[in-house]
Amino acid sequence: MSMSPLTAISDGFVVAKRNLIKIKRIPDLIIFTLVQPIMFVLLFAYVFGGAINVPGVNYREYLMAGIFVQTVAFGSGLTAIGLAEDMQKGIIDRFRSLPMSRAAVLLGRTSSDLVNNALVVLVMTLCGLLVGWRIRDGFVEAVAGFALLLFFAYAMSWIAATIGLSVRSVEVAQSAGLIWLFPLTFLSNAFISTDTLPGWLQPIADWNPVSSVILAVRDLFGNAPAGAGRGSGFPAEHPILLAVLWSVAILVIFMPLAVNRYRRAAAR
Amino acid sequence: MTDTIVARGLVKAYGDVRALDGLDLTVPEGTVLGLLGPNGAGKTTTVRILTTLLRPDAGSCTVAGVDVLRDPQRVRQLIGLSGQYAAVDEHLTGFENLEMIGRLYHLGRRRARERARELLERFNLSDAADRPAKTYSGGMRRRLDLAGALVAQPKVLFLDEPTTGLDPRSRLAMWEVITELVREGTTLLLTTQYLEEADQLAHDIVVIDHGRAIAHGTPDELKRQIGGERLELTVGAQEEITTVTAILEAIGTDRPTVDEETLRVTVPVTNGPTALIEAVRKLDGAGIAPTDIGIRRPTLDDVFLQLTGHQAEDHSTAPQREGARA
Repeated sequence: MSMSPLTAISDGFVVAKRNLIKIKRIPDLIIFTLVQPIMFVLLFAYVFGGAINVPGVNYREYLMAGIFVQTVAFGSGLTAIGLAEDMQKGIIDRFRSLPMSRAAVLLGRTSSDLVNNALVVLVMTLCGLLVGWRIRDGFVEAVAGFALLLFFAYAMSWIAATIGLSVRSVEVAQSAGLIWLFPLTFLSNAFISTDTLPGWLQPIADWNPVSSVILAVRDLFGNAPAGAGRGSGFPAEHPILLAVLWSVAILVIFMPLAVNRYRRAAAR
Repeated sequence: MTDTIVARGLVKAYGDVRALDGLDLTVPEGTVLGLLGPNGAGKTTTVRILTTLLRPDAGSCTVAGVDVLRDPQRVRQLIGLSGQYAAVDEHLTGFENLEMIGRLYHLGRRRARERARELLERFNLSDAADRPAKTYSGGMRRRLDLAGALVAQPKVLFLDEPTTGLDPRSRLAMWEVITELVREGTTLLLTTQYLEEADQLAHDIVVIDHGRAIAHGTPDELKRQIGGERLELTVGAQEEITTVTAILEAIGTDRPTVDEETLRVTVPVTNGPTALIEAVRKLDGAGIAPTDIGIRRPTLDDVFLQLTGHQAEDHSTAPQREGARA
């Protein structure tokens, strides 16, 4: 018997609802998820804001897109941890013994984490506005910027899902789910202009998916004056196209990979 | 009578360890098979394969006539599984847990809710229905987990060590529930480390060790094979042994065995309590006061010792034996 995509979506909805109930029942969890991005906005705005200089831009506005993207990328760690936890507690076994879609648990988990990420972005936006960040472009561009940010966050969740289902415990998921995000997010234009990097590192940082997403969001928010701090070459000229392509590529690769992991998942 | 669960030549290896090494099983419709064995014998691996959670390296199996390896999704619609540790979501209430499972069986919202209420009622969880499951006791969680396995009213049920870790009262309650399910015609495969549990619940028992079936039979056959209940007594003086042996020979089903060193005489009996009373009466008549007398029931350790020559490893829950005896 094959499962229609509709079944996958409605099963995924049931699982997402279950995950969101947990957020509701443990309010401390969401509070601490929100404290971190607030801290980041404030720390970067006031500590690094004066120390780092990217010529030709208002640095405080320049770095907001970087903080946004870095935070949602790290937010994907939740997906890895949540799935590892469900596996350890035998809940994945229970789901796998039910006649539900094989993609539903992953659809549900990534969707509820997307809701979580959206909430984090909202709080960061308000916080950013308080410290003087402004959206300088039109409304449509701003909406597109947020949509792109969340689309990328959603794609990252599927990488994390693959990791979460591959590791042996929640503790491992906690480090394995996050550690690769440090080089990925710091080796980018999040906080600096890639022109300042050693020559051999520049193309790596410029072609980093994170850089493309940051630059695209920066452009859409009107925080990136032309020519200043953009890096060089194709990635500097077509950030939105690249950001979309990268996110789609991640989904195309990691959705089937994660579902395959789920099919073989074994409780520890 | 048709066979509801059939497994042939199941093999599953993890690296060098063969968790299953050519296991065969047959469970006729409406009966209970107890899969008995120590930790690591391959019980859970067997259940995981039969419930579609794990693919064997070799072998085949069918559940309710459906090929488990070829059509796992169809099998999932027919079975209920309750695992070794209660797989309930502790942040969800009992009601939410069951409703979610009902939705995932595609019962529809209304029917899923109805079914959740029915099951909570049946398992005496109605009062706790709207409390998060993390506030439940161990026994309540197990009942909730079992209720989860029954949401779609499966005809075939797999219970992996359903009472491990439960206190005696919760264990008895669990046995009652299981007995009732079987009375309603459910075919059940049950794994357990407790001989007593298999004895209570199962029509047939397969004893497994190192992934192989080492004995198969009804509880009675098995007990006969390893020598059922025994009456065991210790006397205070060497001279009394001849008299005691004669008395026990008349009561027991076989010749008594005598341990000269510890002055202990043992005899297999069919009905322990009756034999004990009779023995006490006759000993009293003969003027013999034993220093110790009692009924000994075979434990899983006895089964293993008898069948394999080694004790059930990791069997920390069994009472400590005083040492091997003939």
